[in-house]
Amino acid sequence: MAKMTMVQALNLALKQEMEKDDRVIVLGEDVGRDGGVFRVTDGLIDQFGEQRVLDTPLAEAGIVGMSIGMAAFGLRPVCEIQFSGFSYQAFHQTENHAARLRWRSQGRFSVPMVLRMPYSGGVRALEHHSESREVYYAHTPGLKMVIPSGPRTARALLVSAIRDPDPVVFYESKALYRAFREEVPEEEETFPIGKSQIVRKGSDITLVSYGSMMRPTLAAGEILYEKDGVDAEVVDLLTLAPLDESLFTESVRKTGRAVIIHEAPLSYGPGAEIVARLVDKSFYYLEAPIARVAGFDIVIPLFSRENHYIPSVQRIVRAARNVLETAA
Amino acid sequence: MPRSKIDLPCHIDFLSILDAQGNLDESLEPDIPDDTLLRIHATMLLGRRFDERLLNLQRQGRIGTFPPITGQEASQVGAVAVLREADWMVPSFRETAAEIWRGRTLESVIFSNNGFNEGAQIPAESHTLPVSIPVGTQMLHAVGIGYGIRYRKKDNVVMTFFGDGATSEGDFHEALNFAGVFEVPVIFVCQNNQWAISVPRKKQTRAETLAQKALAYGLPGIQVDGNDVLAVYAATTEAVERARKGAGATLIECVTYRMSVHTTADDPKRYRTDDEVEEWRKRDPLTRFQKHLTRKNLLSEEKIAAAETDVREKIQAAVDRAEQQMKAFGAPLDMFDHAYAEMPPHLKEQKKFLERELAENREE
Repeated sequence: MAKMTMVQALNLALKQEMEKDDRVIVLGEDVGRDGGVFRVTDGLIDQFGEQRVLDTPLAEAGIVGMSIGMAAFGLRPVCEIQFSGFSYQAFHQTENHAARLRWRSQGRFSVPMVLRMPYSGGVRALEHHSESREVYYAHTPGLKMVIPSGPRTARALLVSAIRDPDPVVFYESKALYRAFREEVPEEEETFPIGKSQIVRKGSDITLVSYGSMMRPTLAAGEILYEKDGVDAEVVDLLTLAPLDESLFTESVRKTGRAVIIHEAPLSYGPGAEIVARLVDKSFYYLEAPIARVAGFDIVIPLFSRENHYIPSVQRIVRAARNVLETAA
Repeated sequence: MPRSKIDLPCHIDFLSILDAQGNLDESLEPDIPDDTLLRIHATMLLGRRFDERLLNLQRQGRIGTFPPITGQEASQVGAVAVLREADWMVPSFRETAAEIWRGRTLESVIFSNNGFNEGAQIPAESHTLPVSIPVGTQMLHAVGIGYGIRYRKKDNVVMTFFGDGATSEGDFHEALNFAGVFEVPVIFVCQNNQWAISVPRKKQTRAETLAQKALAYGLPGIQVDGNDVLAVYAATTEAVERARKGAGATLIECVTYRMSVHTTADDPKRYRTDDEVEEWRKRDPLTRFQKHLTRKNLLSEEKIAAAETDVREKIQAAVDRAEQQMKAFGAPLDMFDHAYAEMPPHLKEQKKFLERELAENREE
């Protein structure tokens, strides 16, 4: 197994799927010669040529709309929106068509496409380059919404997304692209879309998170263990839609306490949905109010202040301690 | 020498073959087999009479709102008649006559206009996409399909329809631009019917023609008399031939007129005069074509009367069948079908909820 960054792991997934299946086409702005501004598609044009790796004109609706047509025709487009902050210019294509063509045609046509896009702050970027708007997609019937939390899950989930018969919005945290390396097997590995996983076993409190917030969440779990003697169970959602509630509702039945962590704004954020599921499925096991640690309900500030916006390890630890202090 | 002229293809052809009185310019007459001419006529007539019947049904409350096509039969049928079955069609929402030509049943139109998804059931071998309501968005899908055709080295083409209003949408420009860059076999058929609900063509763009917008994207554009089915057919034939041999996309602007309402929820008296409508009635595509076919001895008063009877019977039979079939439609639980290839757990749960609710309602 090679140690890889998330960028390299995503590149491996694309390369291997393109080798395996000539229906897979990569398209987007700067994905060809430049290999993508984050280099996720690096080298693909040399191996697969311009017919399969398309540098498109600079137009998000064009990229997504064209991908929908390709998918309806029978190809497997993997399109890249350079930053999720620009995906709104293609939102009408995503919502009106990618998400609905199967339904609208009563199953005659489908849209097996992947919309890859970088999200999250933490890389000192310009405005529109740092936001987290996964809820727009998770809220849209007909779409699947996937957010890996590191190199290994990124590779496995991207392979699954490419093979999925329905449109998958695939959020890649910019903060994770090169943050760390992980063992990623050369041989094929997939991870089922719609499944979460427990990444830390524990019995005192449940921390639920995904994507860019997994590392601070795990770090908070370690601090709670070392400093407070609290054994946190940590759930990595991996897919936001369809949401796998089985592990976190089960976990909270055991721990009775939960903190949900995401970078997206608090109100109507994924945390609200998770709280609702917990109330629905684990209410009588709760020993304390559920806490949410999230971005504030404002535009994510420019990078001089973004560290005060993005949930920190300390903010998570504090929230967990508050929940733990509530007597049963 | 800082300032010089760049030579651009700065003209747009306007094509008219059959004038409003049905007079033919023989030098431009496209070569269309007699049986095809008659099938085009029959489909235009069916489109017209079906429209009238739908309006009738809507006023009686037997269907919901729908977008009539009257006046645009030539623009639609003249264009799709050039396609092969394996070619693709990507419609907007006002192409019922073209859809009928491509095999859509009258019943399925009635189902859709009655709020039944069953109307969108498309045969597995069909290469016609379902109607697309958000204006202008579907053209990009045609580009993607065209790319697939090119990638698989097939000689098929894609035809996509849209209106004059759609040319103001960004997606129209992105579609033409992508079509030019990727050299895809797409025929963009603009049905310039003069009105986007209440906004006239001249308020959509300052440009003299819509066809000229193709030039900016390096594509050929042509304007045709959209009420002249021969001109539409001839221009489409050129465009399809070009696309089939790999020479890329074309924009065809069919100058036509929406004789009826935008949808049955619309009252055109608020924004246009009866005089204007009457002026366009003189340029009716159907009667003009009938005059031509009569002169060619393919039609006669008796044959037209027979065709009318035939069409009326077809429509009546379809309405009867549809109303019969719809009695079996509408099982509420079917609303969960086709959301995804495989139903995810939360939808199974929601479906079960509705199932329980239905059972409880029955008990109460």
